[in-house]
Amino acid sequence: MKKIIVTFISALALLFSYSTLSFAKVVGDKIILGAAVSLTGKYAGSGKHTQKGYDLGVKIVNDNGGVKVGGKTYKLEVQYYDDESDGAKAAALAQRLIEQDGIDYLLGPYGSGITVAMAPVSEKFGVPMVEANGAARSLFTKGYKYLFAVLNSADQYLNSAVDLMAAKKKNATVAMAFEQDAFSLDVKLGVEERIKAHGMKVVIDDALPKELNDMTATLQKVKALKPDLLIVSGHDKGAMTGIKQITDLKVDVPMVAMTHCDSAAINKNLGGGGDYTLCAAQWHKSLSYKDEFFGSASDYAKTFESVYSYDPPYQAAESSAALLVYKAAFERANSFDKDKVRDALAQTDMMTFYGPIKFSETGQNLAKPMVLFQVINGENKVVAPEKWAEAKLIYPTPKWADR
Amino acid sequence: MILIQAPFLNLQAILDGLMIGAIFALVAYGMALAWGVMNIINIAQGEFVILGGYITFMVYKLGFSPFFGAPLSFAFLFILGFLLYKLIVHRVVDRDMFISILATFGISIMIRQIMNLIFGSQVETALTGLGTIFLFDHNITIALVKFSSFVIAVAGALGVIYFMKTSKLGRAIRATAQNPRAARILGVDTEKVYAYTYAINAAICGLAGSLVVMTYTIHPYMGLPYTVRSFMIVIVAGLGNIPGVLASGLGLGALEELSAYAFGTEYRIGLVFLFLVIILVYRSKKLAKRREYLK
Repeated sequence: MKKIIVTFISALALLFSYSTLSFAKVVGDKIILGAAVSLTGKYAGSGKHTQKGYDLGVKIVNDNGGVKVGGKTYKLEVQYYDDESDGAKAAALAQRLIEQDGIDYLLGPYGSGITVAMAPVSEKFGVPMVEANGAARSLFTKGYKYLFAVLNSADQYLNSAVDLMAAKKKNATVAMAFEQDAFSLDVKLGVEERIKAHGMKVVIDDALPKELNDMTATLQKVKALKPDLLIVSGHDKGAMTGIKQITDLKVDVPMVAMTHCDSAAINKNLGGGGDYTLCAAQWHKSLSYKDEFFGSASDYAKTFESVYSYDPPYQAAESSAALLVYKAAFERANSFDKDKVRDALAQTDMMTFYGPIKFSETGQNLAKPMVLFQVINGENKVVAPEKWAEAKLIYPTPKWADR
Repeated sequence: MILIQAPFLNLQAILDGLMIGAIFALVAYGMALAWGVMNIINIAQGEFVILGGYITFMVYKLGFSPFFGAPLSFAFLFILGFLLYKLIVHRVVDRDMFISILATFGISIMIRQIMNLIFGSQVETALTGLGTIFLFDHNITIALVKFSSFVIAVAGALGVIYFMKTSKLGRAIRATAQNPRAARILGVDTEKVYAYTYAINAAICGLAGSLVVMTYTIHPYMGLPYTVRSFMIVIVAGLGNIPGVLASGLGLGALEELSAYAFGTEYRIGLVFLFLVIILVYRSKKLAKRREYLK
């Protein structure tokens, strides 16, 4: 009797495990995109920004006429899995989305490390992936044909900060603190190239361990050696820890530049300590880009805030833009065949609220520039490039004693 | 080398290290307590710390100074630890270590994800509004928030030690640690002792967590380093050796800071583990000599 029950239950279990095959690429009037995003784990904060960006993109596209293919109108939908901020899991989930769920179009995960883990999978199965949050340079040097990135690569993040420093002072000295992950190391590569080009000198080059909570050693060295420019890149935690400890230790540096300042909200959460910091950003709501779906950049920010009750960091904006890219590609291909969609994606050349998007041979978006903003009085104001600047750079940063 | 160029940095590094080490020493003390008394390696140690941090963060968000959060975190985690013991841990106390590790591992996963659901996954910190003091003509900088964390951590540890030495429950705990069976024969209710020990451990972690959120940052998934570090400190110090645990915690902190200055931050963890290996090898050699003598 027991044997019969066990066999029956396992048969049922087998049946249920196959039922997921109903997630084919198009079901009824829905086009289903697949995504593995970090909903838990170290990158959960930014993973959630990414998911919200995707969801808002889907909502706006669906509310504005959907996607027209072969004379019919379709709605977009995203099938999510949680990659737990783990590259290996993300790769396994990508395979599951493609093989088990029958998905033919992927949206990228959060973070360079995880995108680097997923890219070989989508490439192997010939499934196009439009990613909005993986900036590592290595994604564009492997000859991937199915990867399309709407954002700028990591090695461009802080170059303009170095250039600004060079314009203000000859032979400036630089202190760097970078986390040891794919993204931050690429930012470092870009920064080091500019430093060399300007003849600046690196006096501190610290590697921040991944589970770091304390930058005191680096900052005490900064106090002793007094560099002109301090660069910190360690995702949200690095930005927050850096600013907090700079405030606590009253470290005076004429120019401080960081990444991930807006996703860590240093302009709000640190009691003014974040002021005067230069931040690398893929997008800012004050830029004058616009499109017919979201309106202008500031319209997007207003819409996002009305739905999610907080100011969108650029991670959300670039994720929403990915959906606009897909919609245009589906309509251009006028087909659901993944290779035709892939070719249509390669021909993307459009303006969005996020900025111009045009993919190079390697899938990189070369049309959009990185911006640099400075936190002034708790507000993020774009200061570079000159063309988009809404405020003048405040240099040098006032000393703590004078604030 | 920078340590020779700027000699004050040595003193600075040691001071910074002691201040960091105090928080780790506190968490390690809790770990040693749970391990020594109940033979349970509490994998959820780091999660208790982060949860304590979140309680204090909530207090801070309501507009109060985070220092008021410290006793609240202590109390909340005490109750939570007690409940967790009664619900889960008491079932695995008498089993082998692997089972207890598995159970506390499960607790850690649950707490982590619940914190993620309730508090969100962005990095958080609490501002105390404390300033900075400069010593020796601006050569030494001390962030007052770190200094007060140090003071509170030391006071907390001393408080628990005093409680252990003088109170009836404290003596019962120490008796159970020495020999549970003998303690039971002499009338000590070991179940109660275990429950309170686990609760005290959780409370200590909660206190440490409130210091962490004031001095550094917290995030639902940042608990593991605290678990690993406290485990390491207990191993270096040896289980029954409470003053050793506290001293090792402080010492490891100072050593880490010095090595960060001397060799660069990327080596600090490596050097600490190297030190751990050296101590273990030295200890095994020393014990080997004793074994020979006893033969």
